Amino acid sequence: MGEFRMPTLGADMVAGTLTEWYKHPGDVVNRGDIIAAVDTDKGSIDVEVFEDGVLERVVVEEGQKVPVGTLLAVIGSGAGAPAPAAAPSPPAAAAQVPPPTPPSAAAPAAPSPSAAPTAAPLPPAHGVRASPLARRLAADLRVDLTGITGSGPGGAIVKEDVEAAAARGGGDRSARMRRAIAAAMAKSNREIPHFYLATTIDLGAASAWLAQWNAAHPPAERLLPAVLLLKATALALLEFPELNARWEQESLQPAAEVHIGMVTSLRGGGLVIPAVHQVNRRTLPELMREVRELVQRARSGTLRSSDLTDGTVTVTSLGDRGADAVFGVIYPPQTALIGFGTPAERPWVVAGQVVPRQVVTASLAADHRASDGHRGGMFLATIARLLQQPEGL
Amino acid sequence: MTREEIRAAVLDAIVAVVPGTRQSDIKDETPIRDQLDMDSMDFINFVVELDERLAVAVPESDYGRLATVNGCIEYLARTLAGGPPPVGSGPAGS
Repeated sequence: MGEFRMPTLGADMVAGTLTEWYKHPGDVVNRGDIIAAVDTDKGSIDVEVFEDGVLERVVVEEGQKVPVGTLLAVIGSGAGAPAPAAAPSPPAAAAQVPPPTPPSAAAPAAPSPSAAPTAAPLPPAHGVRASPLARRLAADLRVDLTGITGSGPGGAIVKEDVEAAAARGGGDRSARMRRAIAAAMAKSNREIPHFYLATTIDLGAASAWLAQWNAAHPPAERLLPAVLLLKATALALLEFPELNARWEQESLQPAAEVHIGMVTSLRGGGLVIPAVHQVNRRTLPELMREVRELVQRARSGTLRSSDLTDGTVTVTSLGDRGADAVFGVIYPPQTALIGFGTPAERPWVVAGQVVPRQVVTASLAADHRASDGHRGGMFLATIARLLQQPEGL
Repeated sequence: MTREEIRAAVLDAIVAVVPGTRQSDIKDETPIRDQLDMDSMDFINFVVELDERLAVAVPESDYGRLATVNGCIEYLARTLAGGPPPVGSGPAGS
């Protein structure tokens, strides 16, 4: 028998609202199926199941806000008859959740629900009764249903209640997101002994290769510079496993794969860090497609739980309209964050001659418990070396 | 294709890339990326949308010509008419 629990969808998540069950008692589920939607401070996330079986019993009803690790449903072999869903909860009352402090750095950002940390149970959270239309509207307007008093039958939240809350600015998700980010980043800075390094990388060869590629391909198949930076970073990480790892229980735990969490800004403010999987194994066109899809999912609020739980390292790239350099805050329990500033044309010395060259400032924020400056410097130099031979990426 | 039809296609492409944008809010003379906070991924998606709607594969070297709605109209009108693209460029687009 398996337990399907509220997953940790990032170091800054302490609770989530189960907004919809896509599967119901008696339904067959397969590993990787999306079976529920969870609303977090960072948006609505589709949650996958990590085992095969039959959804035997739903424990948490739609509308309930529960802490990370709470049992949501029971997955069985299908031998027993499905149990009925829990009885309807009483009408709207604000769910009781702890203040937005992130889970301990030692708590894994669970790769699977079964590995999710088990938070101490809270007093029973009351479900939120809302019409389907109100739920959809709340998702569209980024309004938190748990903060609204319903005016419909039995106290149910109706469309007009959501519109009024949106007009008041109450339950604003962007404010909650900022608080969640603040809590996680403050904890990271408080607990992780960061050190920072930076180097300027000559992008002449990479830019020339990219221009040639893009000139030969239709718009839909063109590449962004960020894709080359991601691939070079992933290949370099293979030589520096301490930077592609977690620091947990006072020890370094290198990751088996390179899944790069890509800092993605959201329209209207805030950010999420969905993971690009197995970056070192992908071709550049494959990476471009995945990055494009991830950004689209992040900005349309359709990320999946595995997008947010699998990152083994983080990369932030300022793109073409940012600052020269970025020095990031490590996303716990990871051990490194790599930053790329905005590429720019600068004077560069080649064979004794000053020539204009496209360059980028690459930075490393690393956990000093896991690595040191010497290794960090070699890591950045490896990225620089790989970018001089873009055809090999 | 008339300039009005091209303008409509450009605005449709922008809205497809930045959902929720009202076409009436888009200013023709203000850089598109500035007014809508479009990043490099948004911009390349905009170029893809133009290609799909107008069958014009704007070369990367011409991205700067697409900085504003008016710039897009000017560039696309000449390209669709088979003439050379207009001289001059705006801010880099990628």
